[in-house]
Amino acid sequence: MAAVAFYLVSAVAIACAALVIFQPNVVYSALFLIGTLLALAGLFLLLNAQFIAIVHIIVYVGAIMVLFLFVIMLLDLGRDPAGTEQLPYQRGLGIGLGVLFLAELALMVSFGGGLAGAPEGPLPAAFGYTEVLGRMLFTTYLFPFEATSILLFVAAIGAVVLGKRRG
Amino acid sequence: MTVGLAHYLFVSAVLFSLGVVGVMVRRNAIIIFMSIELMLNAVNLTFVAFGRFHHTLDGQLFVFFVMVVAAAEAVVGLAIIISVFRLRESVDVDRMNLFKW
Repeated sequence: MAAVAFYLVSAVAIACAALVIFQPNVVYSALFLIGTLLALAGLFLLLNAQFIAIVHIIVYVGAIMVLFLFVIMLLDLGRDPAGTEQLPYQRGLGIGLGVLFLAELALMVSFGGGLAGAPEGPLPAAFGYTEVLGRMLFTTYLFPFEATSILLFVAAIGAVVLGKRRG
Repeated sequence: MTVGLAHYLFVSAVLFSLGVVGVMVRRNAIIIFMSIELMLNAVNLTFVAFGRFHHTLDGQLFVFFVMVVAAAEAVVGLAIIISVFRLRESVDVDRMNLFKW
């Protein structure tokens, strides 16, 4: 049952991701990226990361992708910019190098490392629950959490400064 | 056949490669941005999968921080795209050579 769900959700994620890349209309690309993100949230659920799955949907689909769509429609970018390619064979080269890169990654995965020292048996109780995550966030990861707030503050100021019309 | 760590890592590898291809093939700055988001999400999947199979929650905490960085990056990047569009009337990255000379 879990295996069927995994293959189904992964297929949706990969198909939507491919359509994001190889599909000329920018608005459709954004919508297919939302499909990929929702499928990824499903994979997070399969991995016992309930809280992360929900936060992922809220942050990515609810905030970031809405921002993308807002900019696309604000600037009226329905189509790809026309013109000639700077590099000859850019499309073929890009796809070829991408396939090579995927082959390297698949080779590394096929070595089967990464599970050295992994514990056996069932997951501990309350794995991925909000309470446990929150406790870790405010104790072990307190300093990165505070640094994150500064990062968001700087990003907000930067966006206002960059978006301001000059003159 | 049970779904193991390698399955999740392979899905993540495919998504990351698609993001790489998108950055190399497309010239629309917005699509390149979406490809970067795709790569960040592939890495998030790796974090969560490793954490799940090592029975630790640190991976999920890292995903949290990656999401924050992705949000900040999207906000600043889109602001840059808007200001370049005002100047050039285009989001073609081949025409964004403002720093070239």
